[in-house]
Amino acid sequence: MTTTHVSGTTAGMNPETARRMRVTITAILAYGVLIVGALAMVMPFIFSIANSVKTLPDITANPMLLTPTQGFSFAGYQKILSGDFARWIFNSGIVAISVTLGHVVFDSMAGYALARIKFPGRNLLFAGVLGTMMVPGIVLLIPRYLVYVQLGMVDQYSGLIIPVLADAFGIFLMKQFFASIPIDIEEAAFIDGAGRFRMFFTVILPMAGPAITALAIFAFQGAWNDFTGPLIVINNNQSLFTLPLGLANLKGTGTGQTLPWDLLLAGALITTLPMAIIFFAFQRFFMESATYTGVKG
Amino acid sequence: MAIETLSTTKAIPARRSFLAGKTTQEWLAGFGFVTPALLILGIFVLIPMIAAFLISFTNWTGQQTLDKAQWVGLNNYADLLTNDGTYRNGFFEALKNTAYYALGVVPMQTLLSLFLAMIVNQKFLKLKGLFRTAFYFPSITSSVAVAVIFLWLFNRNGIINATFNMNVTWTNDLHGLFHNFLGLFGININTVPASITHTKVLGQTLWNWISGPSVTMFSIMLLATWTTAGTLMLIFLAALQDIPGQLYEAASVDGATRWQQFRNITLPLLSPTTFFVITIGIIGSFQVFDQIYVISGGGPAGTTNTVAWIAYRNAFKDAQAGLGAATAFALFVIIILFTLAQRRIMGRANR
Repeated sequence: MTTTHVSGTTAGMNPETARRMRVTITAILAYGVLIVGALAMVMPFIFSIANSVKTLPDITANPMLLTPTQGFSFAGYQKILSGDFARWIFNSGIVAISVTLGHVVFDSMAGYALARIKFPGRNLLFAGVLGTMMVPGIVLLIPRYLVYVQLGMVDQYSGLIIPVLADAFGIFLMKQFFASIPIDIEEAAFIDGAGRFRMFFTVILPMAGPAITALAIFAFQGAWNDFTGPLIVINNNQSLFTLPLGLANLKGTGTGQTLPWDLLLAGALITTLPMAIIFFAFQRFFMESATYTGVKG
Repeated sequence: MAIETLSTTKAIPARRSFLAGKTTQEWLAGFGFVTPALLILGIFVLIPMIAAFLISFTNWTGQQTLDKAQWVGLNNYADLLTNDGTYRNGFFEALKNTAYYALGVVPMQTLLSLFLAMIVNQKFLKLKGLFRTAFYFPSITSSVAVAVIFLWLFNRNGIINATFNMNVTWTNDLHGLFHNFLGLFGININTVPASITHTKVLGQTLWNWISGPSVTMFSIMLLATWTTAGTLMLIFLAALQDIPGQLYEAASVDGATRWQQFRNITLPLLSPTTFFVITIGIIGSFQVFDQIYVISGGGPAGTTNTVAWIAYRNAFKDAQAGLGAATAFALFVIIILFTLAQRRIMGRANR
């Protein structure tokens, strides 16, 4: 669709004028499509925000209106935050932060060793790590539950955190990164008499800023949004729900128009907010790293 | 998959000099560094993986301790695939629903994301970043949160019905899309030959197979397309930016039209990416779970039962963990087949 090279002439028109007209028409069409597309992506959130500050009858009667007809109402937010929901925000935060720290330390360590330290079985281990990436999450749900029972992790914070402290994709990402740094740095540190361990934490890791940021964002996003993991770990103890699990539970099994939408919209938006903030703060990393990951599960 | 990029980055060979005489130390350091991550992957991925395989040959309910379970050989697999009965009917119903889901979602999200990427890639375009951000935003949100928002948009008094002046019970309508479409021409269960409504193939009547995804499944398909298109667009965009501009310049000097350029330059050079996008689309579609859990729970009338969903339901709701594990493994085999097919075709293309 590059219009700059087209040299067609429209009858009776100066070629340059015709070219400009084509450029303008193409531009208008392109912007039109993009604006419609962008609105389709964003409007669901905008409507949700607008309706989350209305009364429930107002939401049901006038969902299309961006301003309330019966005055602003924060009842949805008040109701949801006065229940267990506040606790679930805390749980999600603790879990996501712990998991992120775990990934940063353990995935980096493993990635570094697989890239830079020669030891027997290294290639086999790396192939095994990559192999685990192909296992669909659903296959693991049933036997993982069994492991959680054996290790006493059901209905525990440990069950929400420990199983996901490291992951294959993060190891892969960090291995690729460490393979690309120059060897001179390690050499210099060795001459200073540093062992691998000290060198890694004082010299190598601080250099890995951008890779660590990407890794941390992935880890946080994965942990914050994860639904199936907590679904299996937490059986009876509602006070240990994370936000997605709690939100799904609040929604219950109803499908229709009678659900408490003020409450649910408030809940969905609070669940979305932290990721939205991180997204806008670290956009560049999201855009670059999105091309690695493919479809979110 | 990301794995393909492996061969492109080669580890810088370690020089002998500064490591001389430190072999044992190096080995210890190597093992020490990988141990924490390997323990976690071993205990929570590898062992469960093997356990799932073994459990699929037992009648474990999931509610007793494992030692009470008995080996049943291939019974679970026979129940799913060959024994005429409710389990096989359920499995093939789920397979049918999942296949329709993938057949709808994969083309929709692939075409939409390619189309958007082509437009965003235009040189004259201003505010590229803004559009990219808007398209990508749904991809970063919680699947449960967006499912709740979609449920609200699609409820009977919701914005979708209000906007298009419809009165559809999107989230609770079991009628198949093709069933509805054929109905417009007077083709329905009463007018088709009895053989179509009575002949059963794998537990489903021919009419069931023809009916297509239910209206409720269709709304979940729209949700999936909406959340994934942004990510896929970024993948296409990265590939488009790698195509050298001189190719288009040369083609236009030779008088190629825009369409010819698209057909003969863009599409062929994009084909590895397109193939990748389609493959991960299929793999992702066959695992759809969260949205089903939140929006429909498999209903109405089982029309949104997917393979991943019934594997979960068997194990955690119906006390049939052995059967659930077998169902999950059947899904695993399907996914592996798609992955291998991708490898194979990509390998041939690269040769």
